[in-house]
Amino acid sequence: MKHFSFGKFLAHFFLLIIVFIWVIPTFGLLISSLRDKDQVALTGWWTALKHNEFNEIVRTDKSNVQFEENGIFIITGNLLKNSPTKSVINFGITSKNPKAFKAPSKVTMKNGSTFYLKKDGSYRWTSDKEFKHKKGKRIFLTVNTPPSLTLENYKEVLVFRGLGQSFINSLTVAVPSTIIPLIIGAFAAYALSWMNFYGRDLIFATIVCLLVVPLQMSLIPILTVYNQIGNFFGVSAKSYVGIWLAHTGFGLPLKIFLLRNFIKSLPHEMFEAARVDGASHYQIFMKIILPLSIPAFASIGILQFLWVWNDLLVALVFLDKMPSEIVLTSRLREMLGEFSQNWEILTTSAFVSMIVPLFVFLSLQRYFIRGLVAGSVKG
Amino acid sequence: MAPALIILLVYLIYPVSETIRLSFFDNYGREFTGVSNYVWALNDSDFRQSILNNFLWLIVVPTTCTFLGLTIATLADRVWWGVFAKTLIFMPMAISFVGASVIWKFVYEYRGAGNDQIGILNAIIVYFGGDPHAWIAIPFWNNFFLMVIMIWIQTGLAMVIFSAALRAIPEETLEAARIDGAGEVRIFFYIIIPFLSETIVVIWTTITILVLKVFDIVLAMTNGQWGTEVLANLMFDWMFRGGGDSGRGSTIALFIMLGVIPIMIWNLRRFKMEQER
Repeated sequence: MKHFSFGKFLAHFFLLIIVFIWVIPTFGLLISSLRDKDQVALTGWWTALKHNEFNEIVRTDKSNVQFEENGIFIITGNLLKNSPTKSVINFGITSKNPKAFKAPSKVTMKNGSTFYLKKDGSYRWTSDKEFKHKKGKRIFLTVNTPPSLTLENYKEVLVFRGLGQSFINSLTVAVPSTIIPLIIGAFAAYALSWMNFYGRDLIFATIVCLLVVPLQMSLIPILTVYNQIGNFFGVSAKSYVGIWLAHTGFGLPLKIFLLRNFIKSLPHEMFEAARVDGASHYQIFMKIILPLSIPAFASIGILQFLWVWNDLLVALVFLDKMPSEIVLTSRLREMLGEFSQNWEILTTSAFVSMIVPLFVFLSLQRYFIRGLVAGSVKG
Repeated sequence: MAPALIILLVYLIYPVSETIRLSFFDNYGREFTGVSNYVWALNDSDFRQSILNNFLWLIVVPTTCTFLGLTIATLADRVWWGVFAKTLIFMPMAISFVGASVIWKFVYEYRGAGNDQIGILNAIIVYFGGDPHAWIAIPFWNNFFLMVIMIWIQTGLAMVIFSAALRAIPEETLEAARIDGAGEVRIFFYIIIPFLSETIVVIWTTITILVLKVFDIVLAMTNGQWGTEVLANLMFDWMFRGGGDSGRGSTIALFIMLGVIPIMIWNLRRFKMEQER
């Protein structure tokens, strides 16, 4: 008995570790997308909830803001731009010793002026001679920054980095690319399961073969055809219609295969009864098959939708990279080069591209899993 | 039926034959050049690298996914929060390969020694006194760091399929074995594994097909640099390099096709058996 409970403990323990490893990367992405961009660049996301110390170099105001009081020249201002949450820990006036003084304290500069800096970043700089400097004096600060989560990054990528438009483009690609193959596939699946015609088995055998043909085999010839059509009509070879049809073509074998297996599993007697009653194939399809197939449609539709949404290759080949056509995955991959060090932009963009799939997954998990399990190649 | 046939013909059957034809032609597909594309491929260092890497992927990824998937499915059956655990592990299946690449590139992120590491892998290593590395730029081993991404995504699939299959094992068989005094380990190897053999094949082939076509991850992470090139990425490269070389591109595509032919034949045989039943 003792041995058994120890095994149970191990099961909990190992599963916990595995789940932890699985979730951490995504979690880090989510946290980073919500952090301030300076903090993302300097500290790990796991410190997001701690206070962090950052070194900053700032400049005082220029001499034109000085005013005179009783023969003393004064400049006042705030080095932290009046940020209510940050505070100065140390500061220095030379790069050699950037943490020379503890805030608040009074420092005498080389030219005899007095510089007084408080913790909140406000300073008072006084001198009996007139200030003449054109550029503000450099001050080195060590700043205590509290954790701050912000939606700034999302605004940045959606509005200024064109991700909002890409989001719409992705939808424009994915919705028709899901519906078209589903409809065409359903008719074909019905024909293949319940209509008798010459060569039916051969066609189905071909579809079984096509299931596993890598789409790389199709890219070059189809792109050539598209280019020729484009040249002939004087339009761009890259268009939404082109990619809808391409996705339809690449997704169709699996749709037919799965729907055929499903329709074939429906009770045979039902069809025969309907036939005897004089129903046409079209009537049987619309009145019997469609209502019964809704769950299967849901599974297969979700599968295709996510496949198209997450696809990069087909989008790269058949769609232009201009803002009005570029899809999320394609844009994200461009950003990986463009902003390779701006992790706040990358993490946020990645999360934007994942929102729809994650929502679909969490809300329709049952159908999604069913579709995937059925979609894994089985005879 | 008719529209389906037309689309299949235009988008799959015609292109397959056209790709085979083009692989014997020059870069514009105009002049017949015999097997020169194949000769080029076999002598090209990038191509050889890709073949080697694809083999590496084919060995490592399906094996690891199957092993992890089975382990997790077995473990999750024994704890009360198993369903929740499975949901979390399955989640990456919904994410795009590019999105996953961003996630993992962030995990592998490297900052020079002495700086604060913002990638969690290097941070952990530094915490335990090691040196940080630019993981995805270390030849040979970087392949494994890319494979981790694929494994992270696909283990969920293996796990779900195994879960369903495990539930199909009759409880009486297990009960009988326990009464006969078989330990959990023995039961696992002598009853559960043989029961799952067919499931293992299904998972293996599914992931194998996926791995043969691996493209997005390599493009997004390294674009084939530092010895990580794979066939699908090399082909994409040649499709557009220097105005596009349809001959070489097609030849590379055919090598990917070569990998799925055994699976295709196996599928066909299964289909035939089903028809005869």
